[in-house]
Amino acid sequence: MSATTTGVVFIAAMLVALAATYRPLGDYIYRVVTRERHFTVERGIYRVVGARPGTEQNWAGYAKSVLAFSAVSIFFLYGFLRLQEYLPLSLGFPGVDPYVSWNTAVSFVTNTNWQAYSGESAMGHLVQAGGLAVQNFVSAAVGIAVAAALVRGFARKATDKLGNFWVDLTRITLWVLLPIATLGAVALVVGGVVQNFTDVTQAATAAGDTQSITGGAVASQEAIKDLGTNGGGFYNANSAHPFENPTSWTNFIEIYLLLAIPVSMPRVFGRIVGDDRQGYAIVAVMGVLALASVTAVFGFEAMANGTVPQAVAAAMEGKEVRFGVGDSSLFAAATTLTSTGSVNSFHDSFTSLGGGTLILNMMLGEIAPGGVGSGLYGMLVLAVITVFVAGLMVGRTPEYLGKKIGAREIKLASLYFLVTPTLLLAGLALSFAVPSNLDSMQEAGPHGLSEMLYAFTSASNNNGSAFAGFGANTPWFNTALGLCMLFGRFVPIILVLALAGSFARQRPVPATAGTLPTHKPLFVGMVVGVTLVLVALTFLPVLALGPLAEGLQ
Amino acid sequence: MSAMTTVAPKVRGGLLDPGQWVKSAPSALRKLDPRLMWRNPVMFIVEIGAVFTTVLAIADPGVFAWTITVWLWLTVLFANAAEAIAEGRGKAQADSLRKAKTDTVARKLAKQDPAIDSPKVATVEVPAPELVRGDYVLVEAGQTIPGDGDVVTGIASVDESAITGESAPVIRESGGDRCAVMGGTKVLSDWIVVKITAEPGKSFLDRMIALVEGSERRKTPNEIALNILLSAMTIIFLLAVVTMQPVAIYSKDFMAAAPDSAVIDGNGVTGIVLVSLLVCLIPTTIGALLSAIGIAGMDRLVQRNVLAMSGRAVEAAGDVDTLLLDKTGTITYGNRRASRFLPVPGVAGNRLADAAQLSSLADETPEGRSIVVYAKEAHGLRERRTGELAHAEWIEFTAQTRMSGVDLAEDAGVHRIRKGAAAQVVDWVRASGGDPDPRVDELVDRVSGEGGTPLVVAEHRDGEAAQVLGVIYLKDVVKEGMAERFARLRAMGIRTVMVTGDNPRTAKAIAAEAGVDDFLAEAKPEDKMALIKREQDAGRMVAMTGDGTNDAPALAAADVGVAMNSGTSAAKEAGNMVDLDSDPTKLIEIVAIGKQLLMTRGALTTFSIANDIAKYFAIIPAIFAVIYPGLDALNLMRLAGPESAIISAVVFNALVIIALVPLALKGVAYKPGSASALLRRNLWIYGLGGIVTPFIGIKLIDLLVALIPGVA
Repeated sequence: MSATTTGVVFIAAMLVALAATYRPLGDYIYRVVTRERHFTVERGIYRVVGARPGTEQNWAGYAKSVLAFSAVSIFFLYGFLRLQEYLPLSLGFPGVDPYVSWNTAVSFVTNTNWQAYSGESAMGHLVQAGGLAVQNFVSAAVGIAVAAALVRGFARKATDKLGNFWVDLTRITLWVLLPIATLGAVALVVGGVVQNFTDVTQAATAAGDTQSITGGAVASQEAIKDLGTNGGGFYNANSAHPFENPTSWTNFIEIYLLLAIPVSMPRVFGRIVGDDRQGYAIVAVMGVLALASVTAVFGFEAMANGTVPQAVAAAMEGKEVRFGVGDSSLFAAATTLTSTGSVNSFHDSFTSLGGGTLILNMMLGEIAPGGVGSGLYGMLVLAVITVFVAGLMVGRTPEYLGKKIGAREIKLASLYFLVTPTLLLAGLALSFAVPSNLDSMQEAGPHGLSEMLYAFTSASNNNGSAFAGFGANTPWFNTALGLCMLFGRFVPIILVLALAGSFARQRPVPATAGTLPTHKPLFVGMVVGVTLVLVALTFLPVLALGPLAEGLQ
Repeated sequence: MSAMTTVAPKVRGGLLDPGQWVKSAPSALRKLDPRLMWRNPVMFIVEIGAVFTTVLAIADPGVFAWTITVWLWLTVLFANAAEAIAEGRGKAQADSLRKAKTDTVARKLAKQDPAIDSPKVATVEVPAPELVRGDYVLVEAGQTIPGDGDVVTGIASVDESAITGESAPVIRESGGDRCAVMGGTKVLSDWIVVKITAEPGKSFLDRMIALVEGSERRKTPNEIALNILLSAMTIIFLLAVVTMQPVAIYSKDFMAAAPDSAVIDGNGVTGIVLVSLLVCLIPTTIGALLSAIGIAGMDRLVQRNVLAMSGRAVEAAGDVDTLLLDKTGTITYGNRRASRFLPVPGVAGNRLADAAQLSSLADETPEGRSIVVYAKEAHGLRERRTGELAHAEWIEFTAQTRMSGVDLAEDAGVHRIRKGAAAQVVDWVRASGGDPDPRVDELVDRVSGEGGTPLVVAEHRDGEAAQVLGVIYLKDVVKEGMAERFARLRAMGIRTVMVTGDNPRTAKAIAAEAGVDDFLAEAKPEDKMALIKREQDAGRMVAMTGDGTNDAPALAAADVGVAMNSGTSAAKEAGNMVDLDSDPTKLIEIVAIGKQLLMTRGALTTFSIANDIAKYFAIIPAIFAVIYPGLDALNLMRLAGPESAIISAVVFNALVIIALVPLALKGVAYKPGSASALLRRNLWIYGLGGIVTPFIGIKLIDLLVALIPGVA
């Protein structure tokens, strides 16, 4: 089989696997977040954290809980990193410096997993498994919880209650993330991924040098890294490292894990609002955008120009030979379309236009299918804006699922869409204004610009992947990117919860023939159009000076 | 209900002549005042940009700089002119209304006691603006009514043409539902005492002038929401343009060999180009036309003689889910008409028809007239005149006897024919020595059961026993075309509910014939109120019409309450619209206008956003292809050069405002249909059209601009 055929088969197999997952996983998550009864294990946890599971929260209460929980998480993780040398299982690594600690703590709590360090040479077992991996679970659970709250806002009427954050957090962690991550870890171990708690192994290499090989709980962290769309690798090379991702088979599992929950979330949405078709429409929008993106990346990589790429029939630089163009392109597209940011190839080495597509994937706000939970709420906010314009065009006050979109709702939705471009573009512009920052670029000119653009896009959208080669470990970038991650995560969450609150308060308007149908292909197409025109085109000027300038020659 | 009247539109709709642009110029210039401009954030940004480029053009003049500057100012002026034109049409109407508001002098009763029986009482002359609520004024024939109020004593015919445009005088009398009079209208005969109900300066006429002038215009809820979205888009594009600069400086510095130009130099993209890009990207098209659309929407209602008390009410009309329609006057003609003759077995049809017609000749009620006409149409009986039959003694219909008829002196003796309510006629037959056929009861019951009203016809010849000839079937006639109108409303998702005082059986029969979705029979005002509450609790928006004082609570509760101008002032106060023609079917048009208003906003927003694609592809390569020649691949339109590309985009952006003014004023074409059909249609026209049009427009403008000497 040619490389192209292999790639197409790989992508098609992934589509089939995800299509088969949509209903069962969506229905399962739906049951977890809507179940009335509390299990004994859950009650135990509520008692320990002092939560009152019987009391539901309004949007402000829910938001306060999210923020309080995340603030405490950042504080603890920061402490963990700073005090590493005094903790057990440190493998002798010293405490992490303050800028990196701040950046890493924010990064893992915001589900970004931007890594300004090399895992195998900076983090011991306890920090990896007890600090970073824990956040991999709970930061993902926070995203799903917020999405559930927004969907409840659509489904409920005349109430200010959106559910209880502590109940959602506990259940999603216990019954969604833990079991699936466990299954995933087992599958990865079977596929050859490392899992141990040994010390650093000193191996003698053929050339006579010694090499330090760090083992650890790799498979378990790998599974949640992908399942929770976190992306923080155990090793610096992330999923390109053979201990994390040895074969095309484990590569398939990893891509599947990082797409499974985001793809199934629209099903949860459809179930909760009581109309499965709404879920299908949302997943269709995600699917159209994702397929277009995967096709573009795969196409650009497979048909790359240049002497070397043409000699090997594709752009192989920075890609693992064991994966090839197809596996690498799908992984790269999937990791940037979700908020994962793990990599199995070097995005920096992608063709200019291929790499540009990866940047664009993130710029869309990671909605196709996006991060766990965050993808759904980002997409629903886009749908709200689309409904507003489309609803006016059918001559009625716009309404989505019976909820009217008035001044307050459109204000919150608009603010949501101001956050990421503001952080991204302001961060980028300010960084260019400080000359010393230019030293972080590996190359000058459009490619270097793409590196910095990628960094701010990744941080503001909580992705976490990077154009390798970009020297992000400076006080400026650790701080600036940390702020982008922090505000890029929590400002939208607050806005989404406020939006949920204002929808929940309304009584639904019954649907009639005069109501804009939001489950038909026409609407799906319009959401795609609004996303491309309103979101993507905003970034055309910077894309023109980066990837496009480099790629169009 | 008064009959439907057609009034010539007071203001021409639709087309624009160049004269209107010229006339609006002074107003457009006045509107440049920043204190007025900032209310429209999008255009305010354009104005600031225009000021900025003016400064730059003065500092460093050039063909390019001045061309851009002039067109940016034109963009702002076009937007202001669009608003001024929309307002101007209202002003023409306001001026004609003001003529009615001449300085009348009121004759206030010296003793504030309305119980007078002659107009010869002491009065004090007071200027009309000084009247307060509760004053009693006397108005005699030929005088103008000084203010809004209710007639408390007397009856008069009043000429309301100054306000309604309807020249036929109307009767206004104390008590009942025809007591309201409006200031500025004229008493033609008799005299009345009016109790003033409006505070000075707040009369109907004052409100109407304010409304049509748009001086009291407040932004409506959807307009506010749309403004927020447009402002957010403006901020995003502002951000995109501003943050482009450091990145551009870096890129220019990196490719130092790229020549400096009026577009980009060592200091980055020039101010003029940054402003041009910003103005092209922010939604100026919809921003410029938004207020004109709102004013024009109100204006379209005024042209149909409907006054909306707020823009909010017009918008709400587009959202209506349930229409409550009074049966009488709206769905049916209001007068029952003869539709069949049912003879008692043994009586020939023609004999009954002849008797029915003869007995109705003296009946001047609409029902009576309809019997004469039906006999002529269905049985070929020539309509006879009361005068042409000799020896006939006519018995007119009265409310007491509830019968009409004729006594004909024939050779054989007197031939008496009677027609009337069943019980009365049967009594008459018995009194005349007859024994009514028991089968008459069956016929009467049958007619009632089918929703009709039965009238019985009987005759009595001297020397014979009186006998019943048969029954006239009077039917409530449903207006033509109602079923189709309701079907169209149904397609739009609007449910129609017929409200009637009839019994459920009758109501059901008429509801089925008219094609309404539901009916409320034996309705009392409180039932109507309960129905509105029920619909609203289910989340539906309700519209209704009403005229009586007992309709007032329901009119106030409904989301859209259209009061008939012929109704009481209580009803007019309670509703949020007044129909000057007092035509209840107009509610359907009001709904259409509300929808059209929202659709026009949505369509132009879509168009405006879709336009951005072409503008990006015009300006971005124009700026950066100097640095990275590869970016010329983005120059899809193959525009002549950087400067002409930017000028073309700016010019297109300004001209499209002018091109769309007629659409903004007229509203987008509206055909009732499902939401899906409307969306598909509008998306094709304004979405796809919005993508394609600027590609063509900018290219054509570029072909011309490239000819200007001095434009690179």
